[in-house]
Amino acid sequence: MTPSSVAATSATSLEIGPSTSSQLIYFSSISENTHRFVKKLGVEAARLPVYTRDETLLAKAPFVLVLPTYGGDSGHGAVPKQVIKFLNVAQNRTLIRGVIGAGNTNFGETYCLAGDIISVKCQVPHLYRFELMGTSEDVDRVHEGLEEFWTRLSLNQTQQ
Amino acid sequence: MTPEKLKLASHVVAINWNRIEDEKDVEVWNRLCNNFWLPEKVPLSNDIQSWATLTPEEQLLTMRVFTGLTLLDTLQGTVGAVSLIPDAITPHEEAVYTNIAFMESVHAKSYSSIFSTLCSTKEIDEAFRWSVENVNLQKKAQIVESYYYGDDPLKRKIASTLLESFLFYSGFYLPMYWSSRAKLTNTADLIRLIIRDEAVHGYYIGYKYQKGLEGLSEERKAELKDYTFELMYELYENEVQYTHDLYDSVGLAEDVKKFLHYNANKALMNLGYEAMFPAAVTDVNPAILSALSPNADENHDFFSGSGSSYVIGKAVNTEDDDWDF
Repeated sequence: MTPSSVAATSATSLEIGPSTSSQLIYFSSISENTHRFVKKLGVEAARLPVYTRDETLLAKAPFVLVLPTYGGDSGHGAVPKQVIKFLNVAQNRTLIRGVIGAGNTNFGETYCLAGDIISVKCQVPHLYRFELMGTSEDVDRVHEGLEEFWTRLSLNQTQQ
Repeated sequence: MTPEKLKLASHVVAINWNRIEDEKDVEVWNRLCNNFWLPEKVPLSNDIQSWATLTPEEQLLTMRVFTGLTLLDTLQGTVGAVSLIPDAITPHEEAVYTNIAFMESVHAKSYSSIFSTLCSTKEIDEAFRWSVENVNLQKKAQIVESYYYGDDPLKRKIASTLLESFLFYSGFYLPMYWSSRAKLTNTADLIRLIIRDEAVHGYYIGYKYQKGLEGLSEERKAELKDYTFELMYELYENEVQYTHDLYDSVGLAEDVKKFLHYNANKALMNLGYEAMFPAAVTDVNPAILSALSPNADENHDFFSGSGSSYVIGKAVNTEDDDWDF
């Protein structure tokens, strides 16, 4: 995570760590594929801790979550534990607006499954899927897509 | 090929799985074990009727494709994965390579299961003879093999990742093509299991390559990057020839090449490099892509959709115990 995107505010519980107002929050394992994709997007983003034992983040503003799915059999355990820990915080669930999945089509039916699961669980759209660290086309589409998405959401809010 | 002896790990310590240096080793070991399968579990005999609907040319093509894949799996199981063991950084990494090596041997054997179910002994022998005589198939095996016997451990990982993530795909195309036309669907199910395994192998070996790059001089990193792209070009040129050898008779060569470009990009990404082929030449036939993964088509791209409404993903089984809410 970039230091600017995470403020070191006091934790609300032992389990919850620093808070963040980033519009993009992501999980990436030590293979760094998702991290590389987010870096290429060039927008401010907060990274969830790699290890489950570390305290999770507290979101302060609406955000889109980016997360990978590694190949699993029948999808058991598709969502990384650290992401589950993050979404078990009620405030984080109320602020999630969408999810972007990373994966590999070689994993067949479980391609980006973690994104599907969170989409259903949190009732937010699965906005986009890309493979590994994403191509430059993926980066462009997500960059534009997210801008449009946030604009549309704020318009909807003003209308209500 | 150099007839030198393969180096063995010089010093072996008792492996302690309770003291882990790299979490990726455990994660990938578990993933591979959970994914374990054997060809006997796939009801290949259900494809006998479908096989009979293929023309003699299509049958011949299919058998040649599978002997080509058998050669690569044999090479990877017998030499490739094993050659990575002496340079493993952790003992758990060594164990993962033994797992990969065994699974490649399972893959190699599974093609023989397909053959014995669908073809006569004479046809099988002829297809294997073809695999020995086809210049471009032999060349691709030799290019990779020469690096396995070479003395640069990082170059071995590059060659290995390109084999796992790129060289198989001229062959994998065909069962996906049949599957998209509702033919040989059980065979395609078996191939999908192989495709899934190869993705984990390529991911892991590519990851270990990137770990190996850490701490190297910028010069050496640049040398290895150049080498990667040179080897990719060399293999790609040969792959194009091989693709024409196989698929010209059925008019599919151009479609296969798009699939090659798409997978070459993924192989490079597994090594931590940017994709090389632009989107204009990686537009894989959607039928092939959806035979590979039902979620991979454009309908799943919310950003491309014009409306403000969206479809929530299909119902999925989740492990509710994992979640507090």
